[in-house]
Amino acid sequence: MTDAPLLSVRNLRVTFPTRQGLFQAVRGINFDLGRERLGVVGESGSGKSMTGRSVLGLIRPPGRVEADRMEFQGQSILNLPERRMRKIRGQRISMVMQDPKFSLNPVMTVGRQITEAYRLHRRVSRADAHAKALEMLRAVQIRDPERVMDSYPHEVSGGMGQRIMIAMMLAPDPEILIADEPTSALDVSVRNEVLSIMDNLVRDRGMGLIFISHDLNMVAQFCDRVLIMYAGRIVETLPARELHKARHPYTQGLLASLPRLDAPQDRLPVLTRQDSWRDGDPIAPHADTDLPGGLR
Amino acid sequence: MTKPPMLSIHDLNVWFGDPPDRVDAVKHASIAVAEGASFGLVGESGSGKSTILRAVAGLIDSWSGNLEVAGRTIHGARRDRQFFKTVQMVFQDPYASLHPRHSVDAVLSETLRLQGIGDVDRRINRLLDDVGLGRSFRFRYPHQLSGGQRQRVAIARALAAEPRLLLLDEPTSALDVSVQAEILNLLSDLRAEHGLTYLMVTHDLAVVGHMCDRIAVMQHGRLVEELQVEDLRRGAAQADYTRGLIAASGSYRAGG
Repeated sequence: MTDAPLLSVRNLRVTFPTRQGLFQAVRGINFDLGRERLGVVGESGSGKSMTGRSVLGLIRPPGRVEADRMEFQGQSILNLPERRMRKIRGQRISMVMQDPKFSLNPVMTVGRQITEAYRLHRRVSRADAHAKALEMLRAVQIRDPERVMDSYPHEVSGGMGQRIMIAMMLAPDPEILIADEPTSALDVSVRNEVLSIMDNLVRDRGMGLIFISHDLNMVAQFCDRVLIMYAGRIVETLPARELHKARHPYTQGLLASLPRLDAPQDRLPVLTRQDSWRDGDPIAPHADTDLPGGLR
Repeated sequence: MTKPPMLSIHDLNVWFGDPPDRVDAVKHASIAVAEGASFGLVGESGSGKSTILRAVAGLIDSWSGNLEVAGRTIHGARRDRQFFKTVQMVFQDPYASLHPRHSVDAVLSETLRLQGIGDVDRRINRLLDDVGLGRSFRFRYPHQLSGGQRQRVAIARALAAEPRLLLLDEPTSALDVSVQAEILNLLSDLRAEHGLTYLMVTHDLAVVGHMCDRIAVMQHGRLVEELQVEDLRRGAAQADYTRGLIAASGSYRAGG
């Protein structure tokens, strides 16, 4: 297939001025996103969240975003004026953040938040928006959507809150969903439920998903392809199911440092960071996706 | 065994608020941690695992039951100096548990002074060496430290009183995996060197599997099951809830 990728990014750089000079949070990264689930993995400070935020135009001055190319379906979205970005953000590319406690408005009912968000993007009547909100809550497997519509965020659990966020973000049928650590505030049992709900919705709608996380194993099992970031650069790109065959010492070190129930050891291997990782050549650097048009 | 356990908790109940809004956070929990052991408490958020630690540490006064530390019974929420020389706690978030305007030196020397320990200067240097930071960190402030370094300072502060029992409340869940490995190794080394006893709370089964010999699983304020780490590894859990937890932490499998 020769479709253009949903999102194409070349030489993306994000810089912040500090007292010690310019700090480069993202230092020239390339990637394409097709209708696939793309994992972006790295430790805190690796620039993974900044990458997600820059796509949505959420880096505020004095932070600066530069790129040779940042195209959404062939159209440049680099540093769009806020008014035009707002037509894309939420409607065509949306984002689920880490903690629903902070991303939902605490003094507004869940139903009002979903309908209001939906009506910002689609011209529909109140009644239609209400129906859509109910439909979305059902889609994220909330059993009693009528009751949840009338409740406030503090009255729902963390897992439920995150499902509400996903419902709200997917209501306008965006083409890309950026999920930034969507499950790290959740317990393991709830986490799997939320992941599978998100998974099904993303597949059914043929969306592109950028899944940002620090959890290598989860990303490996949930995504099609994984980018591994270190110090603002992509050090390795590989198909998720081949994560255990990772060749970059950083990726290997990350995998080894996890304690495992099935393989007890006295001491955990510790990463010895090398300066060469900062600027060395990335492994498998081809940025284009094998899945521009869809999973199958 | 004739030696009393390092920590014995018998029929512990902890509640918050008064009826009708009373919440029973821990119900009839009993555990015993032998001296030198490493005991893990696992459960999801709200299961009451941290509440047990906080009740032992004297951070909660609404509890009933019997608590014994090194053979001494403790009461209420007041703890004497003897207690804090025996028991210290390390908290989850090193970004929140260190005073932002106190240098490492101030944090450690205050603790040493409170414990009535002299020779502060030499002790601080040794504590910093013990936790793998080195003396150059002595006059730094928390904002000049990474998350892992902060947690090392918090561990040094807990060790300052030369305790025998450390209460560890999710000591690595705010850290990156590579840093988590460093801190877990540090905790293992310290336990071996100082003969410490650990009571560790975490939601991560792989972490308790690595750190602890015996594990108790909590759900809705109750202890569901207590098992040896070998049984956990073999997946030989009795309670359905534990089995579910093991399966869930095994990781997500993409369906269909």
